[in-house]
Amino acid sequence: MMRFSTLIKNPADWMAGGNGHGGAVLTSRVRLARNLRGLPFPGWAKREQRDEALRRIRPAVEGLPVMKDAFSQELSQLDSVQKQVLVERHLISREHAARGDGSAAVIERKQHFSLMINEEDHLRMQAIRPGLNLTAAYESLDGVDSQLELELEYAFDSGLGYLTTCPTNLGTAMRASVMLHLPGLVLSDQIGQVLNGINKFGFAVRGLYGEGTESLGNLYQISNQSTLGESESDIIRRLERIIAQVAIHEQNAREKLLEDDPAMVADKVGRAYGLLRYSHLMESKEALNLLSLLRLGGSLDYFPSDTVSLCDELLMEIQPAHLQLHAGRKLAADERDAIRAKIVRDRLQSLHSPDIYSKNHAPEPDSKDQENTSDT
Amino acid sequence: MKCDYCDSKATVFLTQLVDGQMKKVCLCEPCAKDKGVTDPTGFSMADMLLGASIGQAMQGVPVMAGSHHRKCSSCGFTLDDLRRVRRFGCCECYDTFSTEVGQMLRSMHKSNQHVGKVPKGLVAKQVRDQQLEELRAKLDQAIAAESYEEAAGLRDEIDNLTRAES
Repeated sequence: MMRFSTLIKNPADWMAGGNGHGGAVLTSRVRLARNLRGLPFPGWAKREQRDEALRRIRPAVEGLPVMKDAFSQELSQLDSVQKQVLVERHLISREHAARGDGSAAVIERKQHFSLMINEEDHLRMQAIRPGLNLTAAYESLDGVDSQLELELEYAFDSGLGYLTTCPTNLGTAMRASVMLHLPGLVLSDQIGQVLNGINKFGFAVRGLYGEGTESLGNLYQISNQSTLGESESDIIRRLERIIAQVAIHEQNAREKLLEDDPAMVADKVGRAYGLLRYSHLMESKEALNLLSLLRLGGSLDYFPSDTVSLCDELLMEIQPAHLQLHAGRKLAADERDAIRAKIVRDRLQSLHSPDIYSKNHAPEPDSKDQENTSDT
Repeated sequence: MKCDYCDSKATVFLTQLVDGQMKKVCLCEPCAKDKGVTDPTGFSMADMLLGASIGQAMQGVPVMAGSHHRKCSSCGFTLDDLRRVRRFGCCECYDTFSTEVGQMLRSMHKSNQHVGKVPKGLVAKQVRDQQLEELRAKLDQAIAAESYEEAAGLRDEIDNLTRAES
């Protein structure tokens, strides 16, 4: 069986694979919830009943071909930093991390699949893929689910579908979601309008809203709201179509910004580069926002093509538990800021300053400078 | 402003658009961490915000006399528990509180009939049994009402299902 350190040592491919759709789509995730017939849901179950659910589910999950040599651990055997690292990697949920006895996580080697036992539901399984790949994520997860249903007696009703702890998940019990990076729409003040539009189609849009509709790092998550009354494939098709639309809007917004105000874009990316390269104390919020701008610069070809992936990896590496894992000990807030800044500096060490004017359709700044000089 | 989950001062404010309406959730720092809302990518936030809508959905559900004390025979869960934890106790609860569930579903989902994957294996048989039971009840009704044409159609459906089983 895989050890925690081995699992965590290598980043998963989806953590650095957000180059599709102009870099607007980072990851696609699909989650299914399942419960066993005849046992109370985990939150209401007694200890023995939770243990019973674990006893039934864990061997079935570990026996899956895809879970060969997987990481499989009861949460009570992980320390708080380890659990937090798994949360930051989106491999387990925060709710799951808070649970102890009777809960377990089984994570596939490549971190494409993770299965949580005794989360809010008896079994929650998830597939993650880089870029806009909901269909691939769903199909692979559907395969895992179809293998499990031969061994596990799921709670299912022909009217309500898969029975879940929370009625908001009934039906397909599927939540499909996509993480988007939308700096162009934010900088051009169109984000509110676009998010409203997405919502009208019955999808939920989330970001950690600061002021107005601005989100930390310009990152937004879009997912389906309704799970009952529409098939899995219909939900996914609709979501994929709308995400592709949003990506086009983002692309247009970027092009328009470059046309209308190239200096503003260049300034933001350039400042972000400077601060990230030379800061020695950096809070997580600041780092997220600056990395977002650097990532934008990467998508605009101001930097070499692997810069977008580098930013995506850094978004993960600068989170608190990852920092503590990196340092090998608990860190106070100011120590975290120092280590965060150092990791960012080290990782960006070989990144040359942005090549803005050969890429921008900007007016030649040199000619302007010369005009100014001749005036004086 | 107070945290929606405890009485501490709220410092984290979340807004989400649900059906074109802004919904606001106020949280204190520890609750926000606990609920995972500081992680913009987590599913827990979706679940929490949707979970909060259960409270609202339930306000529209009329409370029948004595229904507060109605208990799920399988796990002992009551409607008061649902109001408190916004989750059910076991899958039988959906039978016990089917009236309330039916009313809540309207504000949550597209419809109240599942469309999509149906599990094979052990569960498929149960689903078929459930369908057969429903069809047989309809057949009895049709015969009692002397609508023989409908009864013939139902009988064929039952035959088809039982044949699929063997």
